Order: sequence, then structure tokens, then C-alpha cells
Amino acid sequence: MLIVHCPHCGVQADETELTNGGQAHLRRFGPGSSDAEFEAYMFARKNPKGVHFERWRHSYGCGKWFIAARCTATLEVFGTYPAQTTEPPAAIIATIKKRRPEWEGSE
Amino acid sequence: MSTRLSRGGRLIDRTRPQEFTFNGKRLRGFAGDTLASALLANDQMLVGRSFKYHRPRGIVASGAEEPNALVNLGEGTRFEPNQRTTTTELFNGLKAESQNHWPSLEFDLGAVNSAFARFLPAGFYYKTFIHPRPFWKHVFEPIIRRSAGLGRAPKDRDADRYEQFYAFTDVLVAGGGIAGLQAALNAARDGKRVIVMEQTAHWGGRAPIDGVVIDGQPAAAWIATTVTALEAMENVTLRLRCMVAGVYDHGYVLAAERLTDHVPGAMGPRQRLWRIRAGQIIAATGAIERPLSFAGNDVPGVMLASAVRDYLTNWAVSPGDRTVVVTNNDDAYRTAIALVEAGLSVPVVLDARARANGILVQQARALGIRVEAGKAIAAVKGGKRVTGVTVCSQAGEGAVLEEITCDAVAMSGGWSPAVHLWSHCGGKLTWDEDAAMFRPDPARPPLGADGRGFVRTAGSASGAMHAAECLADAGGTAEVEAPEEAPMEPIWIMPQGAKADLRAKMWLDYQNDVKVSDVQLAAREGYQSVEHTKRYTTLGMATDQGKLSNINGLAVLSDAISQPIPQVGTTTFRPPYTPVTFGTLAGEARGDIFQPLRRTPMHEWHEANGAYWEPVGHWRRPYCYQRAGETEEQAVHREVRNTRNAVGLLDASTLGKILVKGPDAGRLLDMLYTNMMSTLPVGKCRYGLMCNENGFLIDDGVVARLDEDTFLCHTTSGGADRIHAHMEDWLQCEWWDWKVYTANLTEQFAQIAVVGPKARQLLERLGGMDVSREALPFMEWREGVLGGIAARVFRISFSGELSYEIAVPAGQGRALWDLLLAKGADLGVMPYGTEALHVLRAEKGFIMIGDETDGTVIPQDLGLDWAISKKKADYIGKRGQQRSFLTNPDRWKLVGLETLDGSVIPDGAYAVAEGVTANGQKATEGRVTSTYFSPTLGRGIAMGLVRRGPERMGETVSFGKLDGTVVKARIVEPVFYDPKGEKQNV
Amino acid sequence: MSDVAQALGGASFTGFARVEELAPQGMISFRGDLSDPVVQEALRAATGLEMPAQRGIVQAEERALGWMSPDEAILLMPHAALGGVLVELRAALAGQHHLAVDVSDARVTFRLSGPGAREVLAKLAPVDLSPAAFAEGELRRTRVAQVAAAFWLSGAEEIALICFRSVARYVFDLLAVSAAEGGEVRAF
Repeated sequence: MLIVHCPHCGVQADETELTNGGQAHLRRFGPGSSDAEFEAYMFARKNPKGVHFERWRHSYGCGKWFIAARCTATLEVFGTYPAQTTEPPAAIIATIKKRRPEWEGSE
Repeated sequence: MSTRLSRGGRLIDRTRPQEFTFNGKRLRGFAGDTLASALLANDQMLVGRSFKYHRPRGIVASGAEEPNALVNLGEGTRFEPNQRTTTTELFNGLKAESQNHWPSLEFDLGAVNSAFARFLPAGFYYKTFIHPRPFWKHVFEPIIRRSAGLGRAPKDRDADRYEQFYAFTDVLVAGGGIAGLQAALNAARDGKRVIVMEQTAHWGGRAPIDGVVIDGQPAAAWIATTVTALEAMENVTLRLRCMVAGVYDHGYVLAAERLTDHVPGAMGPRQRLWRIRAGQIIAATGAIERPLSFAGNDVPGVMLASAVRDYLTNWAVSPGDRTVVVTNNDDAYRTAIALVEAGLSVPVVLDARARANGILVQQARALGIRVEAGKAIAAVKGGKRVTGVTVCSQAGEGAVLEEITCDAVAMSGGWSPAVHLWSHCGGKLTWDEDAAMFRPDPARPPLGADGRGFVRTAGSASGAMHAAECLADAGGTAEVEAPEEAPMEPIWIMPQGAKADLRAKMWLDYQNDVKVSDVQLAAREGYQSVEHTKRYTTLGMATDQGKLSNINGLAVLSDAISQPIPQVGTTTFRPPYTPVTFGTLAGEARGDIFQPLRRTPMHEWHEANGAYWEPVGHWRRPYCYQRAGETEEQAVHREVRNTRNAVGLLDASTLGKILVKGPDAGRLLDMLYTNMMSTLPVGKCRYGLMCNENGFLIDDGVVARLDEDTFLCHTTSGGADRIHAHMEDWLQCEWWDWKVYTANLTEQFAQIAVVGPKARQLLERLGGMDVSREALPFMEWREGVLGGIAARVFRISFSGELSYEIAVPAGQGRALWDLLLAKGADLGVMPYGTEALHVLRAEKGFIMIGDETDGTVIPQDLGLDWAISKKKADYIGKRGQQRSFLTNPDRWKLVGLETLDGSVIPDGAYAVAEGVTANGQKATEGRVTSTYFSPTLGRGIAMGLVRRGPERMGETVSFGKLDGTVVKARIVEPVFYDPKGEKQNV
Repeated sequence: MSDVAQALGGASFTGFARVEELAPQGMISFRGDLSDPVVQEALRAATGLEMPAQRGIVQAEERALGWMSPDEAILLMPHAALGGVLVELRAALAGQHHLAVDVSDARVTFRLSGPGAREVLAKLAPVDLSPAAFAEGELRRTRVAQVAAAFWLSGAEEIALICFRSVARYVFDLLAVSAAEGGEVRAF
């Protein structure tokens, strides 16, 4: 059972206080998008063994969404940051590259 | 025979005798006994029957690893099966019964399975399916049924209470032996917060039994000093009787603490589940001795050498007067020496090693003990207890050299570190060829949130078996005196050339009756993987999870498939370390607080007035209010008729109420709802639909505009939290620059629907607000004071009647409810429940989320196109709804259904079509979504989704019933009652 | 105006700690940018209390101001004072994006008291409640067993806990069974 740091309220939250929201940094495709774009947005999800960016909500705490960069194989958490961003912050990327030199980039 | 010695026993208190019963027989032990030691003290060698062959079984071990001696413990509300006698502390009045026997322990008919053993080899269960059918029915099934199962399942509700406790610590030490205590002391002195947990009732582990001397004093003295030092430290928590059950991700640990198991009648919880977050876990869990595989190694009286020593030293119990010791290492000589020093006889030590001359061996010889090197047990004599052994050369095939009379056998096949906690979360093992054991590989620990190892082992769990190494491995610097030991020699079967007849009597897994021959058979049949072999043979799958059998079993497999042991590997270690009772895992969550039950402010009134409850999410809502002599159906019909004819009250407090405020509130709602909300004038209400991004309908409700930038959104009952989360998700993660705040006010307000032709008259009697048609028209809301209570009144209707929904602060909900009932008594006011609500709305053709929708239905399927804005460029679900399969005219769409015979279509019935599907199933063309008897119309009414339904008005479709017949129904408009809406708009 | 009904009528239980349902108090949920000096000033003026830092709560007599999230605060006050505080807040923040709403009836407050108070809560919440980790001045939002709750130290050996009104009975029963005699853990 994971513990993940909530960047909004600073709590080392227990997994039971959190809700997982799946892959982060999706780009929304609405009316006007092609079937392929919409399909990819709705259904095509990454399932990497290794570095992954995922959404979490501190649902039993401050209620805020944040994003965790995590290794799905070792469960190492490289860092968390507020969800109000379209891409991972540079500091998080730097941490991941330091811990996983072979990693080829985010999305 | 096994008996209590007149002197000694470091853990028993002879001044406090304890009475207990075993299979109804009254027996006596002492305080400090385990049930196992007390049984042995009473010469109860036979304690159970094995799972498959029902062979007589006795106590093998002295601790958590015991595979055989499981009993049904207690009775009635405190009955628990499969309790290990070796870890059960004796108390006055304890009642135990042996398991797996029929009709009695002494005479068991199931033991005939033993005679059929050659028909019950590895995988026999699977093979029975291949045999001719009559064999299964007449031979195998009856035998398997009789044989299967362990203890009886409890029948009565558990009388005890349980709880959980969340603990946080820098260091958790699992195991209170010398290594654990030393590791704890070091961590505590570094200023760390430390918790130490020991599964038994005593600190110190094996060191005091093995005569270890630390810093010039007996181990017991060092242990006492160390425990005292730890107790004095503020940053240390010490818990006995607390078994660390499992290690999980990110330093999460579960431990089960036995609080009152050993003190019946004590106040307080029986057990406590510790839910621990530890920065570091030190597994000082010791080691487990391995049996040796020789023929008849399961006969009662054959025990682990360490267990024999434990019973002697701890509880002054000798398992036999004449004990043969058989070993492949020096440690077992401690048992021989202890037995002789206690005045008992050890006729011979059979040492399978070619040479035996270590210090302990010399000490044994000096005591006059006969030591035979290179020798082995060919077979154990005896059935329900050991009567002797035959001796052979280990190097041979089992030719008997000698027969020795004895009543116990102490065996030692070496020791395996208890690596469970290291392995649970991914710690890797390495094979130590010299010591023939898997030990933790410190370079490959389980990794925590920071990517660093969070578990380490200390002492014997690391493979440091010698007391001096053990303490040093835990960071101790004390001088340890214990004799040097010569190397052990791996002995996997005894003798090494044993033929089939002997191998078929060498037990690996006692509890599941898996023998050397079974594993060899599995290998011959092609099972190469240890995980497959485990499942095929059931080796290690019993309640002891193979604590004794795993290493021996995989060594046999390794030999059979000619692969080295490290390549064969171990099976996965899974929590819990020993079984944890369900009550402990459930903790406080049972009975009334099994799960939260949400109550409205009027809950007590409902309860006192005949409410028949319906769960709606975690809420309880009255389905109907039954009066004396009424069926539920009659109550529902009465409530419907009264609401249509007079006035009804509905407790609508469970409706979600979400405040959405800010300059961009309208913009957000335009995205969340399919229709336009930003144009709603202040003071008015609008019904809205909410979809997910897939386009499917997820919620509906009435939105009221409170002021220019504030809206109040009503959601379905039980949907408030979900919809609030849905709003926040989009707001926080997609449109975070929009200026909107939301607040879930569901519980701030009690809400009462006052419904029926006399609703206005009733509210006028309360006074304080003008609720006339002119002052408060349909689909508008007003704030004011009603009957002295501040209220917000919405003119909305979910029944087709004149209807007001009144929201007041929750603390005054009951007062308003009482007032409405009092003032409306002569108007015929009466409450109605959710079923009447359903009937009323179905008569009007109103959809219900969860009835007409199931996660695959779009608003267009329900004829709700009028509530979908054509003007908006976007809303959540718009793009999804444009997909080809959702715009297909063949989709099932909402219609009303009128049975030709007036009957009620069964709930969930499907409309049958011509032909069959691609799967060969009967084709369907629709299904019923809501179906009721309408008391208003006096016949069955239904709504359903039918292929191209709205184009087929007047057509007849057939709905299949469970009895194979069909009920015919005509497709009609879904509004059965007051289609023009004249009644609600008065 | 009718009397305000307490969810449990002022229930209480005494075990190795005491559990009591407190009389209703005024409670305002405030949403706004708490880092904005204008917002801070408005909260100070309305409550007489300084907006605390992350996860903080400040208390003075019958009032309290707590940090709930970067854009949410909770205001506690005597019930009678609530109307005035709301008016004051709305006036001070007129034209400024915010939300201030009465949630007094949506929530129930319990008081846990006695030397065992921390332990009672530690049986239900996945939070480090040791004195070293959880000190006065911290407001913690989490779950107790299966429902959301928030709590803080309201005095020496005294914890205030708020939860939703509908689960008041559930939470009271949880606290009571956890405080029952014989269940002392003695871990703190």
C-alpha cells in the first residue's frame, strides 16, 4: 500500500486516503476531432513497466488532484506535483533521469 | 511415553495448575504451557489426522511452523478451527478437539485412504476426471468428500470484538530474540522510534534454550537486561504476542496482536490488527528447522530436534524416555545432550555425515552417548506412536543393519532462515551451498518509495545460525560463548538410494500429505517449475504454507529434474506469516458499523413509523411505510393514491445539492450539462442531464440559479459525492483557470417534497410565504420563512402533481416534517416512500438514472433530445455521442409499454425477436427498464428500450418470462398519466 | 424559530477516553485564494484570527480558523454569530471571486477527551497521532474508518473531530467502541 506526498497540503498520504485517476497529461479531444484522435484520447492508455505519470486525488484530505511520477515496477515515487499543468515540471524530469538514466522521456 | 519431568521448565509455573479438555478428556497443565506442551505432558502423542490419508499425526514442532497439531478450539460463539496447539497458550477451561477424523481420533475410517494411497498420488484430484465416470461417482467423490476440509467452520456469531491500530515508526523489529533485541537497542540508541514485536509470549527466542552465554552471563540474563533497557526508553514500544504477518509496499506492515486469547473473560478486544508504516523493517525472525525425509517420518513421536529440546527446557516435558536423534548437523547434538542431562535415554545419534567430530559431538560422546556416523533411519516402526527405528547406511539403499527400540525420534535436517518478511515485498534470496539454505541477498532488498531498500534481516534470518554470528549480524558487540559447529551436510532423502517403497513413506508436507514420491512423480509427468509442482502436488499449500516442507520439497524436485536448487528457486512467500482470523482483519467493521449507514434528519421518524428500508448508496430511504396488516405492495399503492388525490410527503434530503459559484459558473455548467445552463434566469429552475466523456448519461437533476454567479445543482440520491468529484476533476485538471468554486451542501439541508393537489393548501397553513401560482410559478424557487423556519422552496415536480420541494437547514428538518404532518392531518397528508416515488414518476414517463440508464445509454436513446443543446459547440459527452454506433437509428430507444392483458411485465425482461444471434442465442430487440403496477391506472405500465422504438408506436412486442412463456405489450408513448402536464402546473 | 436538533441529541460515552457530541456551532466553509492578502484581511476582520499556514488551525475562545486546502478554510464560531460573519465576509470580498457558505448543519462535532484520546483516534485514522507527530495547531483531514473527517487538538488531552451529519451515528459508534474499556493500547 503506497504512501504518496500530496503537494497541496503536504501530507504523506496513505493510499486509502487517495483516489487514483489513471494516466496523467491527457490532451482532451472534443467536437471536431477525428475518430482516431477521440479514440486515442478516450481509450488508448499507456501501461508501461517503469516510469509512469498518473493522476491522484487526495479525496479524504484536501480534495485536490495532483500528479505522481512513479515507477510501476519498483513503486519508487520520483515526485508529485499539482495537476494544474500540461506537462511534468523540469525538476521532476531531472529526478527521473537521475534515477533512471535509461529512461527516454515522458510521453 | 511423553511425560512431565519432576523438575525444570523455564516457562511453566507449577504453582498454577490449569485444567483443560481434549476431545472431552479432562487434562491438567500449568500456567505457561502451550496446549502442545500440556498435551505432551499428558502423553497425548496422537493429536490429529492428516488431510488426505487420515494418517495418525502428532506434534512435530514447538512453534508457528507446526503442520500437524491443529485443533478446533473453544465452542459456540468462541469456536475457532485450525488452531495450532504449539502457539496456543494454555488457560483454565480451554476446550480443544482434534480435527480430520471420523468417527474418532483413535479409530478413523478415513484412514482406509492410506491403504488406497497408490490411487491417490500427486494430482489425483485432476486425474479422477480422466478415469471412467462411474469411478468418479462411486469411488473418488465419496472418498474426497469425506476427506476434504480441515476444521469445522464456526456456526455462531463471534462474541468477541476486534480492533485495528495505526502505528508509525522509524524502525519496526519483527522478532524478539537476541538479534531482534540487539537491533532494537541499537536503533533506539540512535534516537529512532522503534517498535519491537514478538509472536510468542516471551522475549529471547532460542538463545536461552541453547545455553548461549553472552558477556559472561547466561543468555536469559542478557535478555532481561536488554528488555529492561528498552522498556525504559521513551522511543521504544515493545509488544509480545504480536505476529508480524506481512510486509507490503512502501513500508506498510500488518501485525496481529493476541490480547485476550489466553485470558478468557478478560475485558477488551480479543485481537488487534496493527497497521504500521515503518521507515525500516528489521526482520529478526530467526530460522526454522527442517525435517529429514525418511520412511515413517510422520509417525507420532517423530519431532524436530529443536522442538524436543524446547519441550524439555521450556516446559519440562519429555516426548519420550528413549529418543533416537537423527541429524545431518551438529546442532541436534544439543538435544541429545539435553535429554541425557535430564536423565533420559538417547540410545543412539544417527549422523548422516560420513564424519562426526565437532565439539558438540565430542561432548555427546563424553556423556556416553553412542554416535553412529554415516548412518540413517531406514524406517520408523509404529503406527499411532513410535516404537522403534531400523538403522541403515546413509550411502546405501536401506538395508537394515540394526533395529533400535525407542519411543521418540528427534530429527534435524539443518535450518532455513525465516525469510518470509524479507521476501513478501520482493526481497531476493541467494542459495548458500555450504549451509544448504536460501538466505536474503542484501544487495537485492525490497524497495521503498524512495527507491532504497526498506527491509533488512538480522540474526538467524540472515543465515547467521551460530549465536555469535547471530548477535554480530544484528550489530551486537557482546562476547558470545557457544561451541563451534562443524559444517552440516545436505541430506534430502534418507538413505540416499532409497527405493520406491521407502520414498512413498517419506513425508515432505505433513499437513497436505505430500511425499517424496509425489514430487518425483510430478517431475516425471513434466512439472519442471516449482510453482507448477506446488499446485499439482499441493506441497506447501496447507495452512502452514510449507514452513517445514518447502526446501526439502524443492531439493527433491531439483534432484528429479537434474537442475541445481538455485535454478529451481523457491515458490513465492505470501503474507500472512501465520493465519490471521477474519475478525482481526475486519477490526471494528462488523454489526452496526460494518459500513457507514447515512441517516437523514428524519431517519428516526421513519424508523418509528413503519419504514421498510431500501439502501440507496449508503443511505437508508423508506421504500414504503407499512401500516398494520398491510403488505408492502398495499402500502405503496395507498401512498401513490394518496399523493395523487390529497397530499404526500417525501423525505428528499438524500438528493445531492452542490453549490457552484463564480464568474465562470455558467460556463462550467454549460460544459457539464448537455443543455444550456448559463441562460437560466435568477429565480428559476431547469432540469439538466450530465454525461461522461463517452457520451453516456450519468446523472440528472434540477439546477436553480441563486444569483448572477451562483447555481445550486441537484444530483441523484447517492450521486452527490460522485458528481461533486466529477465537477472538481474537470475544474482542477482541465479548466483550472476558470473562476469557479464548488461546495457540496447535500447534508446542510433537509429537503421535503410536498406533493399532491392539496400541497399548496398545506403550505399556506404553515404561513410565512406566498406559494401561490403567481408568486411561485412552476420551475421557479423562492426563499422565505415557512412555519417559522428559514426555507428555500422549489416548485419542481417528479410526480406530475402540484409539488414543492422545501429545503431547510438539516437541524430543522425534523421540525418541518412534524409541522407538515400536524398541519396537514385533516388534508390527509401522509409520507410516501421511494417505491411510490418510482411509480409516480413512471406514470409520468420520467426517467430514473440507474433504471433507464446503465452506463451504455445516451440521452438521445431516452428521447431527451429536447434537453440537449444544439447551440453549444461543446459539452462533456458531445463528441462521444457523435460516434457512428451511437447515432445508429437501430439503437434501442425509450418507449412506453402497455401489456395487452394488463399484467405487469417482469422486471428486467427482454423483448424476443426472430432468429438467433451470432452466438446462437435467441435474438432480442429490447428490454424493460421500469415496470410497475399503476394504482392510478389500475394496470401494469412499463418503460423500456426497444429497437427503433419510437418509430413503432402501436406495434406489439413479446417479452420473455422465466417460465418460458411471453407477455405481449403494445408500444406506446412513455407518458401514461396527464400527458399535457396540466396537474403539475396549477 | 424552532430549536436546532442535534444529530444525536448530545450523545456521550465514557470508556478509557470520553466521547461527546458537542452542541451545534456555527461553521462556514470558505473558498478563495488564501494566499491573497485581501482574502487574508477579510478573514482576519471577520473572525479576529490570523489565517494559519498549511494545515494549521488557530483557536481563540469560541472561534477558530482552519486551513483546509490552498483555497479552502473553515471558520468556527458561536451559532448566533454566523449570520454576521457571513455578511461581513461577503461585504469585504464584494467583487472578488470567493465562496462563503453556512455548513453548520452539514457537520457534527465530537470531542474526545482524556489521556487515551489520541489512541482512540489512532484506531480509526491512518494518521500518526503520536505527540511528536501530531501537535496542537494542526488540522488534519483524513478518514476515520470508512468516512471523511477532520480533527485537531482542542486542548490538553482533547481532540475535536468533525464529520458529516448523516454519518454522525456511525462515527459516534466507532469512537465509542474504540474507547471501550480494555482496549487501551498504551502506545503513546
